[in-house]
Amino acid sequence: MSRWQHWRKRITDIFTFPEGMDEARYRHLKRNIGVLMAMVSIVPLCLMALINFHIYRASLDRELEVPMRGLVNKTKHSFELYLRERLSAVSFIASAYSWDELSKEQTLSRIFHIAKQEFEGLVDFGLIDAEGRQVAYVGPYKLKDKNYAEQPWFHETRIRGSFISDVFLGYRNVPHIVIAVEGHTVSGKIWVLRATINTDRFDELIASMDLDADSDAFLANTKGLLQTRSRLFGEPMTELPFPLPGSSYQASAFHVDAPDGKHYFATATSFVNPDYVLVAMRPVTDLASSWYSLRSDLLMVLVGGAILIWLVAFKLTDILVQRIMDADRSRETAFREIEHTHKLSSIGRLAAGVAHEVNNPLAIINEKAGLMKDLLAREAASPLNERLLKQIEGVLGSVARCRTITHRLLGFARRMDVSIEQLDVNDVLKDVLGFLEKEVVKRSVDLRLELSEASPVIASDRGQLQQVFLNIIGNAFEAIPDGGSITISSRTVEDGVTVAVRDNGCGMSQETLSHIFEPFFTTKKGTGTGLGLSITYGIVRRLGGNIEVWSAVGEGSIFTVHLPWGKPEPQLPHAEQAHISYTSLPWSDQEKKS
Amino acid sequence: MKTVRILFIDDETAFTATLLERMELRNIDAKAAPDGHSGIAMMDESVRSGTPFEVIVLDVLMPGMDGLETLRHLRQRHPGVPVVVLTGHGSTRDGMKAMQLGAVDYLVKPVDIDELVRVVHNAAECADAMSPKACMEQGPAEQI
Repeated sequence: MSRWQHWRKRITDIFTFPEGMDEARYRHLKRNIGVLMAMVSIVPLCLMALINFHIYRASLDRELEVPMRGLVNKTKHSFELYLRERLSAVSFIASAYSWDELSKEQTLSRIFHIAKQEFEGLVDFGLIDAEGRQVAYVGPYKLKDKNYAEQPWFHETRIRGSFISDVFLGYRNVPHIVIAVEGHTVSGKIWVLRATINTDRFDELIASMDLDADSDAFLANTKGLLQTRSRLFGEPMTELPFPLPGSSYQASAFHVDAPDGKHYFATATSFVNPDYVLVAMRPVTDLASSWYSLRSDLLMVLVGGAILIWLVAFKLTDILVQRIMDADRSRETAFREIEHTHKLSSIGRLAAGVAHEVNNPLAIINEKAGLMKDLLAREAASPLNERLLKQIEGVLGSVARCRTITHRLLGFARRMDVSIEQLDVNDVLKDVLGFLEKEVVKRSVDLRLELSEASPVIASDRGQLQQVFLNIIGNAFEAIPDGGSITISSRTVEDGVTVAVRDNGCGMSQETLSHIFEPFFTTKKGTGTGLGLSITYGIVRRLGGNIEVWSAVGEGSIFTVHLPWGKPEPQLPHAEQAHISYTSLPWSDQEKKS
Repeated sequence: MKTVRILFIDDETAFTATLLERMELRNIDAKAAPDGHSGIAMMDESVRSGTPFEVIVLDVLMPGMDGLETLRHLRQRHPGVPVVVLTGHGSTRDGMKAMQLGAVDYLVKPVDIDELVRVVHNAAECADAMSPKACMEQGPAEQI
């Protein structure tokens, strides 16, 4: 995969928001939203800072550049004027006097002394023949008969006709420059008149720029060798540690980090002849302390802003994604609850239908058998009569059992009719235990009932309460081993009824305990929905009650449901009693007999 | 125990026929109607002939006019005659509706014959002593 494709995939990745409900999706969502939020805030901030930085720097440079440029140009003119004057003087002497005159040292000396009075800085005069030998010399050094054939200035003079050299040390070992002019004898022989000028005047010209003590100005040649002394870079002939800008008519400005650790703003201007560059440098620190403070302020604001944006973006994203996650979860819970309710309601309707359909034929069987019993009762007693009566009792007993079943089914169906009614909590508990009857026997559960003496009658929803108790007692059944014990107690307290379900099962850890009412939390891996207790909790809260749990690993658990008295709804008298009774519970006398 | 004249209105004729025989064995004068219309007609006829039924035992789910509708008509035409609802459908809502419409009691099939006779007698006695409305408010005399 090419780098471009890789990046494109990563960018597309940021703009995709995956579906689903797993942890990875929320992590992805959090990262994407966070990055996007941070980017749309930080990128413009950085751009603004960058633009500001450049605009301010450019305007500051202009402010510095204009006076510096004026200064270097003015000084350059002084230099050029100084050098041109000297070049003109030497040219004049070379054309006014002949070889013969100049080769006489008296004449040359006279001319030299007159010239020295007029032109300061003149050190000596020398006349050199075509072979480079100095045939006549006037000056403080003993340079007569020195051969200059190999000197670069000599070559340049022969080529150009006149020449102003760079600063060099030469035979005398003192920095100086040479102004040389070519002359011709009548016979066409070439000679060169050379004047040496010391560089003191250069220093004076630079000093006249009147720069601050911490500024610097110097002359260099285009190769980067110093021509005058520099405060920062040392003596003449030292090489500059930075490249000079290419020669142009206009003065150019640039930034230099000097060896003293300071940052300088430099202006350079090139000479046409000789190849000199005049450089003036001013420390930026002094001139642009405001620039530096602005730059650091800008940087601080930028970094602070970016950190703040990043933090806020990620905090907000965190909250946002948490909300989304909660919303998703509660939506999922609601869906499952609806599904669950729907399922129960369907089963309820089915149960009611079945019960009704079965009840009618059951009634016929009941009556037919009853009639047979009535008729037999009128006959004289006989063994056959006895046997038939016994059979009929069997039929009637079975009818009674079917009746119990259908009534229980109808009771279950009735759970779907959400309505607040006056009900006895003990009755509801017995209803629920009716469903678990078989399991109690099968697993030999030691089921103990400690129900309150006084009927704990409250105003609540029977169906919902049945579901609550069924869930809690069902859980207790799952927690205990075969032969375990479950104790169900009810008692009335000041503000309602408290039902406690205690088991001696495996118990729960504190960790499990802290999650049991959360939707989708289950310890029955693979078999549980993790909804039972969360729905139970929801129902109890809706009914105005609350649930408390105590549990210890290995000791068992106690679920305590507290239900308020509730407001009794005006009911038709005894409508609920309707002769539907649950008479087949293990502790009911009737069942025990049968 | 005083004998009462009972009218059963129920579409399950196998049920009513057997029930009538058992009533007869108990010296109770009972008749049966297979649907709401004929039930009302029989009640009207009995009133006209001077021997009105004293208690009506009514099924809820019937083809044609259902039990609750029949009950409404009966309450209008013969407000003094107590009606006991006897149904295979044991929903609380139906029971409550029947009571609201003026039934004095509510039984679910299959029912014990002695229980039925007792409820019917109670209803008849109540009706004799006071208005059916008051009887209804008093509620069933006792539970199973």
